[in-house]
Amino acid sequence: MDTRIDRRFAELKAQNRPALAAYVMSGDPDLATSQAILNALPEAGADIIELGLPFSDPMADGVAIQMGAQRALQAGQTLPGVLGMVEEFRRKDDTTPIVLMGYYNPIYIFGVERFIAAAKQAGIDGLIIVDLPAEEDDELCIPALEAGLNFIRLTTPTTDDKRLPTVLANTSGFVYYVSMTGITGGAIKSRGAVGEAVQRIKAHTELPVIVGFGIKTADDAAEIGKHADGIAVGTVLVNAVATSLEDGKATDKTVGAVRDLVAELAGGLKRARV
Amino acid sequence: MDRTNSLRNGPDEHGRFGIYGGRFVAETLMPLILDLEHEYRAAKQDPAYAAQLKHLATHYTGRPSPLYFAERLTEHLGGAKVWFKREELNHTGSHKINNCLGQILLAKRMGKTRVIAETGAGQHGVATATVCAKFDLPCTIFMGATDVERQMPNVLRMRMLGAEVRPVTAGAGTLKDAMNEALRDWVTNVDSTYYLIGTAAGPHPYPEMVRDFQSVIGTELKEQFREAEGKLPDAVVACVGGGSNAIGTFHAFLDDPDVALYGAEAGGHGIETENGHAASMTGGRPGVLHGNRTYLLQDRDGQIIEGHSISAGLDYPGVGPEHSFLHDTRRVIYAPITDNEALEAFQLCTRMEGIIPALESAHGLAQVMKLAPSMDKDQSVVLCLSGRGDKDVESVGKYLGLLK
Repeated sequence: MDTRIDRRFAELKAQNRPALAAYVMSGDPDLATSQAILNALPEAGADIIELGLPFSDPMADGVAIQMGAQRALQAGQTLPGVLGMVEEFRRKDDTTPIVLMGYYNPIYIFGVERFIAAAKQAGIDGLIIVDLPAEEDDELCIPALEAGLNFIRLTTPTTDDKRLPTVLANTSGFVYYVSMTGITGGAIKSRGAVGEAVQRIKAHTELPVIVGFGIKTADDAAEIGKHADGIAVGTVLVNAVATSLEDGKATDKTVGAVRDLVAELAGGLKRARV
Repeated sequence: MDRTNSLRNGPDEHGRFGIYGGRFVAETLMPLILDLEHEYRAAKQDPAYAAQLKHLATHYTGRPSPLYFAERLTEHLGGAKVWFKREELNHTGSHKINNCLGQILLAKRMGKTRVIAETGAGQHGVATATVCAKFDLPCTIFMGATDVERQMPNVLRMRMLGAEVRPVTAGAGTLKDAMNEALRDWVTNVDSTYYLIGTAAGPHPYPEMVRDFQSVIGTELKEQFREAEGKLPDAVVACVGGGSNAIGTFHAFLDDPDVALYGAEAGGHGIETENGHAASMTGGRPGVLHGNRTYLLQDRDGQIIEGHSISAGLDYPGVGPEHSFLHDTRRVIYAPITDNEALEAFQLCTRMEGIIPALESAHGLAQVMKLAPSMDKDQSVVLCLSGRGDKDVESVGKYLGLLK
């Protein structure tokens, strides 16, 4: 299988550069602004886009991403709406990988088969579905892999060596290492431990390993980027949207706030391999 | 005994009851629930664990709970004999203690040093705070801010028992939001913390485990009724929120086709009122939330709807997965009871039997009031009176205009 994700990591490897995966919530704060944010991400320095599929009950997310999801839902975002945004993005960008990240129920209700076909059609490359562990692979993971979508799995500090092979068995594209036990938006306790954990995962797989959860600044990016094939940032970007709003509405600063922060984090990440 | 066609075989090794149940949790929690399942299987095989639980049930909870013939109600309804399985007489005032004792012994076996729980009406929170006091474990109870307000007596009880009560303001501030917040805490404090789920829902093995701990209700009931009447009851009724008292009551009767089983769901303002009820089986459809596939209140995009019930304990947009299975197979009839019907049953029970039922249990009684008149006088219907209504007197007083 050769996907946009595989090709992107091959390029990055050739350039000796860790990947910046930028997470934004689709539909936050409104559909048009969210489209503009999405379209601006590659030029700002995002190598991979993680696009949030909003859900009413995001159990593994902190308050920032939960609020982002609520804004998106209030703005009328739906699963077909998310797919439409990707389709629109693909008119101008056919290389930046897009990974849809969210919870299972909206997909289950849409219909798994129908969803896989529509996601492929729209130009989605991979899926991260938080509440589908390896034990539930028959639900979506296997059919998605068969259709040529990457299924990216989260591994966590509680995923020990005994369990890693189970978790990695049907993982493709890359591995997302969650740097801490906790919800999105928390703080990393030890950066050194992250490096060790990445090495532990790499002993089990050839796939690139991206580290997420708790990366907030350009310095964090530079430091964590030393130990991994890439980093993922989400909460800070969703917060950047939130703080740019006035009376809950987008302002002329909203798109720029996200773009500038992505550029800053990309700058930090460049220092990782000096 | 050949149990090939038994309805009591679930769940399978994947934690499924038919298509329902499962383990839809984040990877961080996966090793924990596998570990919990392993420990639970070991405890089930351990006679010392069973003996300890039995001893506590007898001397701490006060089991067996009585089976009571409600004479005046029977006369008033003019049909079948009405009986109550008196779970409200248990220590802490509801069936919730049955499950909490089973799980706290597990938490101790697993060496956990902190307990968390979610609560709606506060009955599970009180029962959890109680066992944590007895077994000397710190505990944090997550409770929706709306529920904190409408169940203040239980909030005070929990605090007096030494628990930290954390009001949850997200969403409508009810049970669903409390459960989200408890899951977030658990994901963050995986090493130290035991999550003591109060209802027969959530990821496998919770639905099975909670059912097993609550099955004492139906097992006792069956024996007590046989002693009293020399046969099986004709109908058994329980209220269903998440459904722990109901599955505990029904389970012993699942393979007795002559016993009709009824679950009373929260019909709120009426099932036709959009977002005005919490009857997930009558008014919802299958989806995935809080670790399991089950009937859920949701919109056409799969976003979860808050729902409404006068009863905080039933105000939840989902239901335990085994109930979803029993709903599809039609073994149990689930029917909605409105707020007003429950209030009427609450008052009738209080005035005619001198028993103040919990608003949750009053939903079950309202179902009994619909059934009994059309049944013969030599037939019997048994209600699981799952909790006492002391916690509800203030909010019912407000509804009835007794408080200025």
